[in-house]
Amino acid sequence: MRVGTIDAANARAVGLLVGAKPVLKGIGIARDVIPGMALNKILHAGPPVEWARMCGPVRGAVVGALLYERMAGSREEAEALAASGEVDFEPCHHAGAVGPMAGVVSASMPVWVVENESQGNRSFSTLNEGLGKVLRFGAFDNAVIEHLKWMETRLAPTLARALEAHGDLDLRSMIAQALEMGDEGHNRNRAGTSLFVRTLAAAIVSAAESAALASEVLAFLARNDHFFLNLTMPAAKCSLDPAAHIPDSTMVSAMSRNGTEFGIRVSGLGGRWFTAPAPAVDGLFFPGFGPKDANPDLGDSVICETAGFGGFAMASAPAIVQFVGGSVDMALNSTRDMYEITLAEHPHYRVPALDFRGTPTGIDIRKVVETMTPPVINTGIAHRDPGVGQVGAGLVRPPMKCFEDALEAFRAERSS
Amino acid sequence: MRRILDLFTQDLVVINLGLEGFGEALREQGVEVVQMNWNPPAGGNRRLIELLDQLEEE
Repeated sequence: MRVGTIDAANARAVGLLVGAKPVLKGIGIARDVIPGMALNKILHAGPPVEWARMCGPVRGAVVGALLYERMAGSREEAEALAASGEVDFEPCHHAGAVGPMAGVVSASMPVWVVENESQGNRSFSTLNEGLGKVLRFGAFDNAVIEHLKWMETRLAPTLARALEAHGDLDLRSMIAQALEMGDEGHNRNRAGTSLFVRTLAAAIVSAAESAALASEVLAFLARNDHFFLNLTMPAAKCSLDPAAHIPDSTMVSAMSRNGTEFGIRVSGLGGRWFTAPAPAVDGLFFPGFGPKDANPDLGDSVICETAGFGGFAMASAPAIVQFVGGSVDMALNSTRDMYEITLAEHPHYRVPALDFRGTPTGIDIRKVVETMTPPVINTGIAHRDPGVGQVGAGLVRPPMKCFEDALEAFRAERSS
Repeated sequence: MRRILDLFTQDLVVINLGLEGFGEALREQGVEVVQMNWNPPAGGNRRLIELLDQLEEE
């Protein structure tokens, strides 16, 4: 008999998750800091996917990364190289990293280094490029590559020096504050970005090589409301990783999408992915675009919901309904519903509109299947063609098949 | 017995579980209805219910 082993394992897993203390340590170059990173390796969002099955935005971002790394001189050369088998494609998640949308990371890109000080493990994410034509939506023209080079040679070194002068940034505290200021940390990061800029502004001015560069960096940050997203994501990732291999636990340790498939991992089942076709996002579209333009659900950013914020903290961000559709009641109820499928209430991430109740945290596949309530995810919508960019934002639910298959596998493993 | 008889002379207050249509029909007739959301476990899928029961029995 293994009475209570699942509950005990889940208590341990969710304890590790809510006890995590993610801290921003600095900025490194991917090949220097990401374990296993290599010059011919490209990391991407979601569960594993080979070139032939990659969706448009991921293919575009791969082309862009190969141009950026000067491994190819044209789109055609890059596509031929990607199809040749000489490029090693690997999910970000397998390397301790996460990336929004296409999630592409290549060897020379600067990345945030975030450490969970409770357990000593680290995670990584690229710096957010801003909106419009950007690599994460599959754009790869000259302007995109030049912007990435500006980030590598101007933005990242300035921010790295500023961080060094300022010292580590407590991301758990910053996310907690942002949730109390109207963010949910996935699709609304205006407060978090503002807090980040306010905290580092003086150090940026001191660290920049010139007043003009300081002005450039601060202006870039000021027009990018999602800059903080690339910090909430690795904060979530390094909070979840220590809870990712707890025998007997039914807690979800990762959710992610590559634009072709949605995948989840379950703590007690280790590194296995349980996948199903990526669903369409139900949301509001920017003028001139509609559902037929949309790529299926894409990106590692659903790590936020897995860690207990994003869609799970919608009640913190009533203003977001103007961006994703729905009503304020819907936002409140989205969070309330998630208490039905989670193991704990987060002791640090709290929702003012729910009398400072902790956010629902730690998804239990048993509860998802029993209540037939898939997690609610707040997300952006990418155009299905490479390079067009974001075309809207909305809500999406993972396919129930992922949870049903995982439950089946969990039971099978215990009876074998 | 008396309490049961009292019940039949009082206004009806109904708690409707699950399908909202039954409650709606009563509400249209002026009956006070409290809706309680309820679904069968695992949407009634026998295989999934069996899996959940097996894990609970461990």
